[in-house]
Amino acid sequence: MTKVAFYNSPKVRSAIYQLAVVATIIWFGVEFAINAKANLDAQGVRFGFRFLDDPAGFGISQSLIAYSEQDTYRRVFYVGLLNTLLVSVLGIVFATILGFAIGLARLSPNWLLARLAGGYVELVRNLPLLFQILFWYLAVLIALPGPRQSIGLGVQPFLLAAADGFSWLERYGVPAAIAQSWRGLADWVGPPAIYLNNRGLIMPRALFGEGSGLVAAMLALAVVLTIGLRFWARRRQDATGRQFPIFLTALALVVGLPAAAFLVAGTPVSFEAPVLRGFNFVGGTRVLPEFTALLLALSTYTAAFIAEVVRAGVLAVPKGQTEAAMALGLRRGKVLRLIVVPQALRVIIPPLTNQYLNLIKNSSLAVAVGYPDLVAVFAGTTLNQTHQAIEIIAITMAVYLLISLATSLAMNIYNARTRLTER
Amino acid sequence: MKRVISVLGLVLAVAWSGQADAQTLKTVRDRGALLCGVSQGLPGFSNPDDKGNWTGLDVDFCRAVAAAIFNDPSKVKFTPLSAKDRFEPLKSSEIDILSRNTTWTSSRDALFNFVGVTYYDGQGFMVRKGLKVNSALELNGASVCTQTGTTTELNLADYFRANNMKYEVVAFGTADETVKAYETGRCDVFTTDVSQLYAEKLKLTNPSDHVILPEVISKEPLGPLVRHGDDQWFDLVKWVLFAMLNAEELGVSSKTLDAAMKTKQPEIRRLLGLEGSHGEQFGLTRDWVVRIVRHVGNYGEIFERNVGASSKLGISRGLNRLWTKGGIQYAPPIR
Repeated sequence: MTKVAFYNSPKVRSAIYQLAVVATIIWFGVEFAINAKANLDAQGVRFGFRFLDDPAGFGISQSLIAYSEQDTYRRVFYVGLLNTLLVSVLGIVFATILGFAIGLARLSPNWLLARLAGGYVELVRNLPLLFQILFWYLAVLIALPGPRQSIGLGVQPFLLAAADGFSWLERYGVPAAIAQSWRGLADWVGPPAIYLNNRGLIMPRALFGEGSGLVAAMLALAVVLTIGLRFWARRRQDATGRQFPIFLTALALVVGLPAAAFLVAGTPVSFEAPVLRGFNFVGGTRVLPEFTALLLALSTYTAAFIAEVVRAGVLAVPKGQTEAAMALGLRRGKVLRLIVVPQALRVIIPPLTNQYLNLIKNSSLAVAVGYPDLVAVFAGTTLNQTHQAIEIIAITMAVYLLISLATSLAMNIYNARTRLTER
Repeated sequence: MKRVISVLGLVLAVAWSGQADAQTLKTVRDRGALLCGVSQGLPGFSNPDDKGNWTGLDVDFCRAVAAAIFNDPSKVKFTPLSAKDRFEPLKSSEIDILSRNTTWTSSRDALFNFVGVTYYDGQGFMVRKGLKVNSALELNGASVCTQTGTTTELNLADYFRANNMKYEVVAFGTADETVKAYETGRCDVFTTDVSQLYAEKLKLTNPSDHVILPEVISKEPLGPLVRHGDDQWFDLVKWVLFAMLNAEELGVSSKTLDAAMKTKQPEIRRLLGLEGSHGEQFGLTRDWVVRIVRHVGNYGEIFERNVGASSKLGISRGLNRLWTKGGIQYAPPIR
């Protein structure tokens, strides 16, 4: 072995260069921290998280937990986080359902269906999302009337119309009692309990009284029984080939058990109907138009991308599989459900995870329509009032990172289960 | 090896450049233009026309500072900023003055320097005439549209809580979206500073269908701000405002300027730099007030031109009158 000076050895040189790069990066980090601290001190801004205990002082239009203006900024953070999670989870669910439907529709042998699906994908994919959010918001708002002219959704208007019809028929000898009985029925049904206007969809609120815990317990029991039933039915089918009507049984359990508990406990759940008083409806719960517009825009936008991912996955399955399934006599729907899509899932899941993460991050555009998500109330209003920019942005970025990592983790676990197991 | 060392050296030089402080006047002079942060379009305060020329009360103030420094009111570059993002550019020296109808509050004063009050304002409410509401105390249960990131949300919460009224707040990122939501009927009430209410009312499709309620629920002294850490710049900008107020108090306007230059009154002579060297104490020239009044005008002139009787807004002087006329605009003397 030739003796070489240590500074000419490739290994030593490589080590020195790598150490130098690491040292430079660490030094940059330290310089940044020192510089930031000096600037903040010069401007009199305290670095710290004590601002989280200060009272917020502003209202939030939608909150899944109790919130009032005197609550702290920490509570504002939780409210914003829950709002973001709500719109993200529902958006993912709807986008997946819609995306799968459109993706499979684009592959349909029906010419019109395929072209319509293709047109939808091309249109929605190529328009900016912010533009689509504003479009849905204005379309929803402009189409709906104000609170005093709300659209009431219920049976009573139809019953009253029927009663009016029978009253008009009285001149032809129809007895007046018929119209009266219809009116009596309308009275018993009562005014509509669901209203639609440009402040939102207003529904009765459930008030849980004594004994409603039993109903909830029965519901949980029904869910557990359904899961157990599914495993048992699967094993029975594998062993003997006999199928079991799982869906109907599950439906009966989930509806029947809580209903029985409801009656036994003496109807503990009552409903508080909304009433128009002054400017708005009082009582009941409300689905905000901001939430609806954001959800619609996110779902339709991401669905277009998911449709293409699904289409790619289905096309990746060898054609021989479809031909073999058809040769066995399966119809197209069953072929898709039992043979093609399970194999296509291997190709679909990684890009699908991408689309889910995109949807979660795109939900931060909520501030454009006044939906109080995490970025709008925390990284927007709170930052503007407390000026603690570094802490707030760091917290917000950490939260989005955690949500995205959790989603990727869940999808990767599912991916591992659907992978081809090589022998 | 040589390349590595030179790159390292460049990196070190960049990192050690530090931040500029107490040098704003020099930087502005060297640059040849003043960088002024304004709103994204508020008639009367800072609004671009379709050719991109900015007009307004806040705009004229920046032009006055530019006139004092450069003898040319056009040497200003305007940066439109939303309410949410208006403070960071000032903090990071991307703009020299923030002249964007900003309320002087204690929490903001702790981070910046307010040079004075160009407009004493307050928060009010605008509703549709069809609602037949005559007072803000009748707004129990209403939906209110507001812009996020402003003191408006806080004042709104305080007022409704103090009067035991319930409300629903819908907060948007920009003023345009807020007004659009109010117009489509999403909310019953639009709330912001009264001067902005007048300005936004002009932009509605049917301005006469809306009415501004009489209640003024907060103190909103609006004024320009500069950064902490540069006393010379702070004093200079502060005294441009005081000069304009003193000019109006002494009856010196752009029309009477030439006659005033021949006066024997000592106060006016000091104001116009015919005696004493007051301008030079701020790093300007002796005729700094002459420059301001000739190119832009005194406080009364810029008020009337932009928000007063001769403008589309038609707001009366009210509290913004001089102290000699019953208002509260009062400037320290130049001597």
